[in-house]
Amino acid sequence: MTVKTELKQNKSAGTNLSQNVLNWVDDRFPLTSNIKAHLTEYYAPKNFNILYYFGALSLLVLVLQILTGIFLTMHYKPDAELAFGSVEYIMRDVPWGWLIRYMHSTGASMFFIVVYMHMFRGIIYGSYRTPRELLWLFGVGIFLCLMGEAFFGYLLPWGQMSYWGAQVIVNLFSAIPFIGPDVSEWLRGDYLVSDATLNRFFAFHVIALPFVLVGLVAAHIIALHEVGSNNPDGIEIKKNKDKETGIPLDGIPFHPYYTVKDVSGAVVFLTVFSTVIFFAPEMGGYFLEANNFVPANPLVTPAHIAPVWYFTPYYSILRAVPPFPGIGIIGIPPSLFPGVAAMGLSVMVFALLPWLDKGPVKSIRYRGTLYKKWLAAFVVSFVVLGYLGTEPSNIWGQFGGYLGNADRATVVARFFTIVYFAFFILMPWYTKKDKTLPVPERVTG
Amino acid sequence: MGEVSYLNHEDSMAENLSDKHQDEPHANSESNPNVDLDKRNFLIASSVVGAIGCATVAVPFVKSMTPSERAKAAGAPVEVDISKIAPGTMMTVEWRGKPVWIINRTPEMTAELDKHDAQLTDPSCEVTSQQPSYCKNADRSIKPDLAIIVGICTHLGCSPGAKLQPKGDMGDTWPGGFFCPCHGSKFDLAGRVFKGSPAPINLVVPPHKYLTDNTLLIGVDTEVKA
Repeated sequence: MTVKTELKQNKSAGTNLSQNVLNWVDDRFPLTSNIKAHLTEYYAPKNFNILYYFGALSLLVLVLQILTGIFLTMHYKPDAELAFGSVEYIMRDVPWGWLIRYMHSTGASMFFIVVYMHMFRGIIYGSYRTPRELLWLFGVGIFLCLMGEAFFGYLLPWGQMSYWGAQVIVNLFSAIPFIGPDVSEWLRGDYLVSDATLNRFFAFHVIALPFVLVGLVAAHIIALHEVGSNNPDGIEIKKNKDKETGIPLDGIPFHPYYTVKDVSGAVVFLTVFSTVIFFAPEMGGYFLEANNFVPANPLVTPAHIAPVWYFTPYYSILRAVPPFPGIGIIGIPPSLFPGVAAMGLSVMVFALLPWLDKGPVKSIRYRGTLYKKWLAAFVVSFVVLGYLGTEPSNIWGQFGGYLGNADRATVVARFFTIVYFAFFILMPWYTKKDKTLPVPERVTG
Repeated sequence: MGEVSYLNHEDSMAENLSDKHQDEPHANSESNPNVDLDKRNFLIASSVVGAIGCATVAVPFVKSMTPSERAKAAGAPVEVDISKIAPGTMMTVEWRGKPVWIINRTPEMTAELDKHDAQLTDPSCEVTSQQPSYCKNADRSIKPDLAIIVGICTHLGCSPGAKLQPKGDMGDTWPGGFFCPCHGSKFDLAGRVFKGSPAPINLVVPPHKYLTDNTLLIGVDTEVKA
């Protein structure tokens, strides 16, 4: 009897203690209220499907990249003389170094896979539409930041692809009229890609951009939790709230429902991720290119250079757009600015989606066939341009003299470049003209 | 930009302050009678000074990223023995970190040079930045058989590969020249760009002079007699 009472007292004392600690913290820091606002009382639509895993997975990959990155910097040397050797040292001599590096290099490609899926999800369900424009813009910022991270990081192993990739991309800036050449010299810190370039790219890759990236991710999540998640029906769950509790009728608390769901998604993802790391870390040259196992040589460009797969759609557009021929009489020199501008636009244009889409419905479920055809054309363009960007432009041979001996692949790339941009430019027209279906009041399935 | 946002910020701050001090005597603004104009002007002036200070401090940071004195000094001329280059072949030397090609053109190769002018963007080398004045001629060289060219594509800076022999895998109309692996720009044996290439202009001919018949100095101009 006495023992039992004692136990009971101890238990309640324990509860009181943890409650007291929590109260002490809550008086000084909004812990409980934040947990409620972002987890236990953040109501997400109950009809999320498989495409809604990729946001949480992006966060998981970000954490993995930061963790593995920290451990790689413990052994890597950002010096043109030592960089290539230090990466080989990590691969061969550092205990488990190969695993950490493969996690980081595979993580880069995985990052783009999950982010592209996440963006695709946003596009088909209209997640960029009012009131989520700013949420979408933060996302575009994250995407740009990620591209910067990938580009700066790719120079660090100081292989042939690293070197010539950086040479090409930095030279893109010199195509900007008037200030271009000075800008690219300033970025390189030398007249060509050199030790100075490597050293500063290291600084950008490990300090500057990660800070910006994490800040943008925080803004992205804060904005999301302010406006609430969209869903596959593209309707606002906040419109139908329980009259007494004020909780959306179609909403469920993020924790525990979606935390548990996302954890199971993470398990599947990590299975795939580990399979790649252990069995195909180079992914047939798509994740790690063969030429990057040769040290950088400023005198010889490899016979076939191509960016890593996640940049190839934009790279194809760069190659497809012909240069401005120049006007000799009034002294305007020829310029490759059109190609560079087109490539820049092809990335930046995603930011305009909230204002280009004039459709009366958000989700593809209630769109008509016209929109679906355009979306399909865009996806095909993206994939074909992506494929062509990994191959040399003469891969399909040349047309005969009747087409000026043009490379077949270049002509195809030009066609799909037009389709790519038409998807965006014509969007206000075809989304308005599209015959849409009536949208239900409450979420379905 | 920065100043504008400072101003907006001050507006709201000034309003908040004036809400708390309804009975302030300096109530003489047209839009809001409670604004203390002296304080506002002081805030504007100090913000402007602060912004100028920030911009000034940014200069050393931006400048620190330009080429260092060491990088600037690393541009010494290069002396090359060219006696070993057989006709129809080439060698590559490094000058200022860039590849410079020395191509020993055969008479057939030089003869080929003026047959495809119609296919070139700038056959007569009108863009003066791409070669020194003493190389603005049909062969873009001092000696017709020896072409000296910086092997960096004018498109995005890759180094084109040599396809010196006509035809072959470059197609039956290929006269011999260079092919850039990055974006498919094509150049002839004088480094002139073919139309339809992404590269906008001809390859650069670096300043160079012959010290003796077999010794070439890259990086120093030949004296041109006026």
